Amino acid sequence: MFLGSLVYGFINSALLALIAVGFNLTFGISGVANFAYGAIYIFSGFLTWIFLHSLGLNYLLCIAASVFAAALVGMAMYYTIILRVKGMPLSEVMATFGLGLAIMELFRYFDFVGFRYTLPVFLDGSFPIGEVWVDYQRIFIALIAVALTGFLYFFTHHTKMGLAFRAIAQDERTALTFGIESDRIGAFSMAFGSALAAVAAIVILPLGTIAVEGGYEVLINALAVCIVGGLGSTVGVLVASVLIGYAQTFTANYLEPHWMMLVSLAAIAIILAVKPSGLFGKQKELEERI
Amino acid sequence: MPKRKERVDRGIKARSEDIFALSSPREMLYLLLPRAIPVIGLLGLGPFLTPYWQEIFISTAVYALLALSWDMLVSVGLLSLGQSLFYGIGSYVAGSLNHYFGISVLFTIPLATILGGLLSTIVLLPVSRLRGIYFAMVTLVLPLMFSRLVEATRILGGTEGLTGLSPFPNKWVAYYLIQVVLLAVLFGFRRIMASDYGLVIRAINDNDRSVMSAGINIHWHKAQVLFLAAAVGSFAGAFGTHYDMFAGMPGFALDYSIMPIAAAVVGGTGSFAGPLVGAFILVPLSEILRALGALRIVFYGLFLVVFVVALPEGIFHYMQRKYHQFERWVEIE
Repeated sequence: MFLGSLVYGFINSALLALIAVGFNLTFGISGVANFAYGAIYIFSGFLTWIFLHSLGLNYLLCIAASVFAAALVGMAMYYTIILRVKGMPLSEVMATFGLGLAIMELFRYFDFVGFRYTLPVFLDGSFPIGEVWVDYQRIFIALIAVALTGFLYFFTHHTKMGLAFRAIAQDERTALTFGIESDRIGAFSMAFGSALAAVAAIVILPLGTIAVEGGYEVLINALAVCIVGGLGSTVGVLVASVLIGYAQTFTANYLEPHWMMLVSLAAIAIILAVKPSGLFGKQKELEERI
Repeated sequence: MPKRKERVDRGIKARSEDIFALSSPREMLYLLLPRAIPVIGLLGLGPFLTPYWQEIFISTAVYALLALSWDMLVSVGLLSLGQSLFYGIGSYVAGSLNHYFGISVLFTIPLATILGGLLSTIVLLPVSRLRGIYFAMVTLVLPLMFSRLVEATRILGGTEGLTGLSPFPNKWVAYYLIQVVLLAVLFGFRRIMASDYGLVIRAINDNDRSVMSAGINIHWHKAQVLFLAAAVGSFAGAFGTHYDMFAGMPGFALDYSIMPIAAAVVGGTGSFAGPLVGAFILVPLSEILRALGALRIVFYGLFLVVFVVALPEGIFHYMQRKYHQFERWVEIE
């Protein structure tokens, strides 16, 4: 049981990191807390399902199409909504929250509820680690999380757009003088964050059914990881997802699965009360509380 | 020739601003009319409504109270995404007082208002120092956490909730109780914000550090506002729980969080009359659209987006402007 908790804890951590990395990217660059994140996650899950079952496309093609669609939705959201209320965090939160709700409840209205809404696993079967059997999909989650983190590091440090992302995040005005358009980069950061939500959805959703409630849980988990790690900090996301991931798995295994969600909620409440900038937050203390 | 729109205060507004309001019945009527509309609308209409519409007015008033409480929090700079926290706590306090101790409705509601307010304030006090999105995140999380807690520990009836609570003696008591409290909260909050105390509260929202440097303890003020808002929300919860004769996890549902925000934003924040107007537009609208089921929340969400992005001032401020000012086109020199 202990070894099992260790292995599944790692997988759970990878899953959380995968969920949180998109939210964190958007917030870190454009400072927009995208409360529609869970909605985009669910949206891309259902979109893949629709492509797969109603249009009968190739699975890989479906994945590419829905990741692209999620990115487009993110970008459209930036230009139509965020840009008009930019710099007013409260309005940003309310607008994205409202939109996310609308998207998720729309799926509920069109009756996207039930066990038939599942995505196929990439590869069937399982694999032994020591004496613990892990199915291939969970191994994929861990691998993709690691690969994605590596890719993001490479992207933000060695490509022109990635460097522009970091420039905007560090100092918007100086970046403007170097000819980096902050609105364009903001839109791209939103698109990128949404695309990452779609990737997370497509990798994680085959483990269960696609449910509207999942969207709320994803948002809470993403918030939990980002807040504990420190909003906008990539190292923080990794550390926090390991912390929360293991904490969740151990509570689920040694206490009761009911308590699992409570771990992330309690983590948010505690860290915000004690150190709101998070473990590795770069925000100045005075900006978030007084 | 290009023209621009100019807005000028009506003469009667200037005349009725001071003691001159007493100069003629017309000025007095001008001042009285906007204040009389909610009073007559809420209290006077009661007997003429069909039972169905009476129920709608009651649920509208519950949401309007939550919206007023939300507006109070926003005016001190705290954005709450979880008004259902107050509703849920109020409903559980009243419900358990009634269910376990058999206290009558007469006492559970005032007790739940005070205790629920205190409890919510204590829960939120450690995070009341957070600003902007950070406070919003905590309040989004807390109601979910409480409902999970009830589910996991199976206290307070667990997922079943507390059923069979005492109802109100008759429907008129329920109807007039909630409407009178709604009016009292509306005019009370407006009076508070018009006083010096309200000035401090608005200043905390605008620039908290300068208020601190003026030697005012902003945390104490925030705690007081938190208690006011939480007590109003808890009253709504306590009322709702006795009205439905049920206290349970639905008290922490998203409906009670999103609806008040949508109402306040649609009506216009910062005036307290706005949330009332918003609630009386959105809740009856959603009753008319009841056949649409889950689509109602979609509408609230979209209303929220449209009003936040396109019409941030809200309906009430628009009406207020039309009432106090006239507009004319003037040539640009």
